[in-house]
Amino acid sequence: MQSANLKSAWSGAPAKGMPLPVSVVDAANTPVPQGERISAKRKLWNAGAKILVWGAGLTTALLLLLIIGYIAYRGIPCITWDLLSTQTSYRAGTIGILPNILNTLYLIVVAMCIVLPLGVGAAVYLTEYATNRKLVALIELATETLAGIPSIVFGLVGMLMFVQFLGLKQGILAGGLTLVMVTIPTIMRTTQEALRSVPDAYREGAQALGAGKWRTIRTVVLPSSINGILSGCILAIGRVIEESAALLFTAGFGLVLNDFITSLTSSSATLTVALYVYASERGEIDVAFAIAFVLLCLAFCINFLAKFVGNRLKKD
Amino acid sequence: MKALFSLCGLISVGFVLCISVYLVVSGIPAIQKIGLVDFLLGETWAPTNSTDPAYGILPFILTSIYGTAGAVLLGIPLGVLTSIFLAKVAPPKMAAVVRSAVQLLAGIPSVVYGLVGMIVLVPAIQALFNLTSGATLAAAIVVLTIMVLPSIINVSETALAAVPSEYEEASLALGATDMETFFRVSLPAAKNGIAAAIVLGVGRAIGEAMAIIMVSGNVANMPGLLDPVRFMTTAIASEMSYAAAGSLQREALFSIGLVLFLFILMINVFLNVFVKRRA
Repeated sequence: MQSANLKSAWSGAPAKGMPLPVSVVDAANTPVPQGERISAKRKLWNAGAKILVWGAGLTTALLLLLIIGYIAYRGIPCITWDLLSTQTSYRAGTIGILPNILNTLYLIVVAMCIVLPLGVGAAVYLTEYATNRKLVALIELATETLAGIPSIVFGLVGMLMFVQFLGLKQGILAGGLTLVMVTIPTIMRTTQEALRSVPDAYREGAQALGAGKWRTIRTVVLPSSINGILSGCILAIGRVIEESAALLFTAGFGLVLNDFITSLTSSSATLTVALYVYASERGEIDVAFAIAFVLLCLAFCINFLAKFVGNRLKKD
Repeated sequence: MKALFSLCGLISVGFVLCISVYLVVSGIPAIQKIGLVDFLLGETWAPTNSTDPAYGILPFILTSIYGTAGAVLLGIPLGVLTSIFLAKVAPPKMAAVVRSAVQLLAGIPSVVYGLVGMIVLVPAIQALFNLTSGATLAAAIVVLTIMVLPSIINVSETALAAVPSEYEEASLALGATDMETFFRVSLPAAKNGIAAAIVLGVGRAIGEAMAIIMVSGNVANMPGLLDPVRFMTTAIASEMSYAAAGSLQREALFSIGLVLFLFILMINVFLNVFVKRRA
């Protein structure tokens, strides 16, 4: 290997007019194929590494494909219109997941209505108003900590704070308030990024025209970062849909069909919680897989929307 | 207007304070009654035993640690190699497809993983090792591995893609092969990002509840790979709904929540001090 490298170094820049040994001149004139410069050991290592990397990539891809495929295979045959459009009836012995679909929607509405103003407001404060660096660092540390807390801990604290202390009954309101804590880091982070990407010239322009700080934010800064805020919303909605552990003791297990107002303060299982109830407490595996497929489709939609908005962001 | 926005800004600080205060206030009484050593190092959890109740959570703590360690040990090689595959090796179109699949996987609710694990994995393990039930620590580790993969892959791939291409070009120009470049130049250059990815995976694994409650058997044993086990998270999730209000069992569940919260805080501190400081 040593001599091969030396030869190639020579052949790279043969000094003109210098008397060269015949063998070196020959070597310089004949092109050295790539392969010959690499020792067998390195070639073996390279091939081994390549196999490992491809193997890992394909294993992951196959794993994903199998999981998605299996959910579709078990879930699609179990989805019927009756399942999607009725509620579970013990007298008739039928199962329907309409209440759970609605509960998930209610929960999204409640959580987003509360978290959106708070999260966007916090991001506006951090990027537009805040002057105290230590305070900003503290807020960012807190947000990061919040993002790392397990959802079961949110469930515990939500139960203590909203159900026991504030005296709300288990229901969408207590669940929604708990999910505000879960989703606020997502909304804050994406909104902050969006606000930061608004050029300062916009703000200066607005202020030069006589707009005050709040007017500048309201009429110039926020409208131009609307796509970023929207993508934050989509991610947060995805988080609400996939949440389960934080809802067990806050939104509850109820499977009864309620209207929006009633469900706020009555035990209401979302799709994920219903999946858990049907799978591990009722043994209704087919229903569970039908719900799993619905959730998979929702995850797919959320992904697609996030990408769509992300692409629009890039074009701006 | 500024005051209103400041209030919004402080809300996440408020949330973290509320969570800490509530967990400490509701978690301390049980620890005082049981005794810190008996609580943390006691090997038996039998809160409903009427003659001799025991509140030792060492089985839960160890199970959480073993489960997380197993998932991360399996997840790191697979995840990091896959991120090299996605960032450097795979043809762009193929990488795009696999990448979207990984992102989709990150968005699937944990109960769905639990369901698939319960129906596919648990019977498989039962048949493979000839057990009475396949709901074991091993099943939980496999499910957790799949669940930490997306976070490890996404973050490490971003880190690998951010390695300046000059580094790689220089290495190739010096005669290194492509794989030597990826493993000996790109990977070390991205090591901070990959470390962050791993810590993120640890956090995700230790906090997961609903996926593993369905596959781990839910028995308060000391952990063994082929034994049914109960994690800190699943202990809270499974017992909270039937623990009587005001009972020591219920208070002890809050204490478990406090211990779990402290674990997460330690992971966060580790991330901030050792991983981000060096970056």
